[in-house]
Amino acid sequence: MPLALAGAVLATAMVLPLAYLLITVADSADTAVDTVANSRTIRLVARSTGLALAVTATAILIAVPLAWLTARTDLPGRRVWAVAAALPLVIPSYIGAYAYLSALGPAGLLRDALQEPFGIERLPDITGFAGAWLVLTLFTYPLVFLPVRSALRGLDPQLEEASLGLGRSQWRTFRSVVLPQLVPAIGAGAVLVALYTLHDFGAVSIMRFDSFTREIYTLYRASFDRTGAAALALILVALMLVLLWLEARARGGFALHRSTPGAKRPARPIRLGAWRVPSLIFCALVCGLALVLPAGVLVYWSFQSFAGSTDWAGTLDAAGSSLLVSGLAAAAAAVCAIPIAILSVRFPGRFARLTERFSYTGYALPGIVVALALVFFATRAAPAVYQTLGLLVFAFLVLFLPLAIGSSRAGLQQVSPRVEEAARSLGRSPLAVVRTVTAPLMRSGVLAGGALVFLTAIKELPATLILAPIGFQTLATEIWNATNVGFFERGAIPSLVLLAISAPSLYLLIGRE
Amino acid sequence: MRSLRLAAYALPALLALTLAACGGDGDDEKITVYSGREEEYVGPLFDRFEEETGIELDVRYGETAELAATLIEEGENSPADLFFAQDAGALGALEKEGLFAPIPEDSLSRVEPRYRSPEGVWVGTSGRARVVGYNTEELSESDLPDSILDFTDPEWKGRIGWAPTNGSFQAFVTAMRLTEGEEATEEWLRGIAGNDPVVFDDNEAIRDAIASGEIDVGFLNHYYIAEAIAEEGPDYPVRAYHPQGDVGSLINVAGIGILESAGNAAGAEEFTAFALNDESQRYFADVVKEYPLVDGIPADPEVTPLAQIQQPDVELGELDDLQGTLELLQRSGAL
Repeated sequence: MPLALAGAVLATAMVLPLAYLLITVADSADTAVDTVANSRTIRLVARSTGLALAVTATAILIAVPLAWLTARTDLPGRRVWAVAAALPLVIPSYIGAYAYLSALGPAGLLRDALQEPFGIERLPDITGFAGAWLVLTLFTYPLVFLPVRSALRGLDPQLEEASLGLGRSQWRTFRSVVLPQLVPAIGAGAVLVALYTLHDFGAVSIMRFDSFTREIYTLYRASFDRTGAAALALILVALMLVLLWLEARARGGFALHRSTPGAKRPARPIRLGAWRVPSLIFCALVCGLALVLPAGVLVYWSFQSFAGSTDWAGTLDAAGSSLLVSGLAAAAAAVCAIPIAILSVRFPGRFARLTERFSYTGYALPGIVVALALVFFATRAAPAVYQTLGLLVFAFLVLFLPLAIGSSRAGLQQVSPRVEEAARSLGRSPLAVVRTVTAPLMRSGVLAGGALVFLTAIKELPATLILAPIGFQTLATEIWNATNVGFFERGAIPSLVLLAISAPSLYLLIGRE
Repeated sequence: MRSLRLAAYALPALLALTLAACGGDGDDEKITVYSGREEEYVGPLFDRFEEETGIELDVRYGETAELAATLIEEGENSPADLFFAQDAGALGALEKEGLFAPIPEDSLSRVEPRYRSPEGVWVGTSGRARVVGYNTEELSESDLPDSILDFTDPEWKGRIGWAPTNGSFQAFVTAMRLTEGEEATEEWLRGIAGNDPVVFDDNEAIRDAIASGEIDVGFLNHYYIAEAIAEEGPDYPVRAYHPQGDVGSLINVAGIGILESAGNAAGAEEFTAFALNDESQRYFADVVKEYPLVDGIPADPEVTPLAQIQQPDVELGELDDLQGTLELLQRSGAL
């Protein structure tokens, strides 16, 4: 059937990096074994896993209340808060980490501010585990926030009303009725946060936290050692499979759609009452730390770098390229996520599970590994597309498709299969049902997924540098050009433009509701 | 969902369009350059080449090591004609893969043999010296030890900055293994690591930390300091010190290799000659603050003249054995 075919083709495409790693490792298996089987590697796996767990836990603790507040309550300005809460995702982690270091570091802006009045010479060092934890949490929690918020908006209010009507308190209703329905969305987001933390290079390198990815990059950069790096990358793939297995267990198999007929209606906003002020403080605190502080540092830097010499035309051009390529990637990912999500929810089984899990491969790996894999295959099998925009969009698809799958799946789980069965029984072909019934009904999840892909792709660097057509400048490459020569100040303006062009697109998405 | 359906139809069309638009350039005149050197430094050089010769350059910028890995993966199918690398190690690695074609004798002979491949397949275009940067408000040159090996003395505890993950630093350690031997190098690394050095990610961060007084000395490349002095004025509180005659004053090079698979080898050779002409060499000296490698072109007055630096006896092409260096760095607890 066409769905299975689409799923299989996609999964095959997604597995290209894995195939590349296996080919590379097979080339010189001895080196690979040496690299993997040493105590240092094991220690690095432990450190990286620890960081991933810590970041994931805090990201959930921040994201779920934020999502609930902006989706289900009468919080003042909740749409603006929702946009602001999702925006930290576009801040490249190395820029975010550097902004934090220059603000709160031992010799940072805060120290400068405190030095005069209080005579404080040095602040405690935030580098290492604490710094990496803080920065990664602040810039990844939107990966949980967006799918959970879209799941909350898709919930059927009848269950809650029944629970409230039976005398349960608002809190107990949330815990026993709402929260269990959010598990798929939280799980999908949590996996993404954990995988992001495992493959991220920017934050750990600036926070000087010795992690697995840093080791892979060191192998590439210092010794051109592709075998060792590939062997380590395979461990990341293994960790990914473990994570996905855990998530699938947590997700369980229960139905989340309504079982009775009748039209769904939006839930009535919950009155916050006395909780209004604390809720506002919470939102302000999160947005302050994740958005205002880094953006403030960026603004400060952009005044430091003489704005007169800024190449505005070039930056504008780059902004257009960024929008084009991330927009294409987001649309492609949204479309491709639909068959995989449908397979995994409607036709669960070994085939669907494999298809879904392997489509996460690209996301679990550092960008350089995926980029080199595509170089390897494209130059050999499809030289005509090598270093074209099409291949770059494909690379983004390989890297970021899981971002769209998770929330599309969560969206579909809220749709009752009976609607589709009705359409089938009325004579529509299976494909027509997918197009006219299933896809439109899961749109909230699909759009959230597309938005995640857009926000993540727009800041992607390693694949863009290697795979983009020559001379194709995006905002991310502009930032890299500036920061690479050590002038973080000069990366400030393209970073701010990145934020500025992402905000309206997010607002369009969230404001349409 | 109309917009979703629209996207489903529009996407393949757009892809086809962009593919068609990108597939059309089969211009033989162009030279495709993979540049591991930053646009900030080599962009003006590329512009001048295009102006003077009328030949267009297609430049892909990236990290030197990542471009080297890309070139290895591309193999014979590489679209690149020329690789402009940041350090000799990467050039040595590609030489070992057999990816380079010989550089014409005219270009090779402009540069002293120590700054080019013995096989003549890559050539250095500018020199980069390892130095000890020090804060001039805390120290004067006479306070510094004669040899880089002496920084393991407890007197330097907590005062040193280094960047063990940095490529230039690792090339320096590789050189030390060649001049001092494995054991002495490991001992030195352990000694420095035992002196509680502040760990940085790159040379700029080390320089800035010396300037701010966070550390007193740091191991870095010379031009970062020269650049800051040019920008901030002579009061800038960091100066470079060359420990004479030992590996602490290693000179590494940035250089060029022409790909065996180049579609436009003649153009690549022309650019190589251009990068080694007097004007380009003066550009490296005056603007980038690196050492010119062609006789008769003076270095920037702020940097110690090359002739006054007693270099260690190291074959730059052999600095590609970074695997052993990495193991040593890990074993000694530096990484």
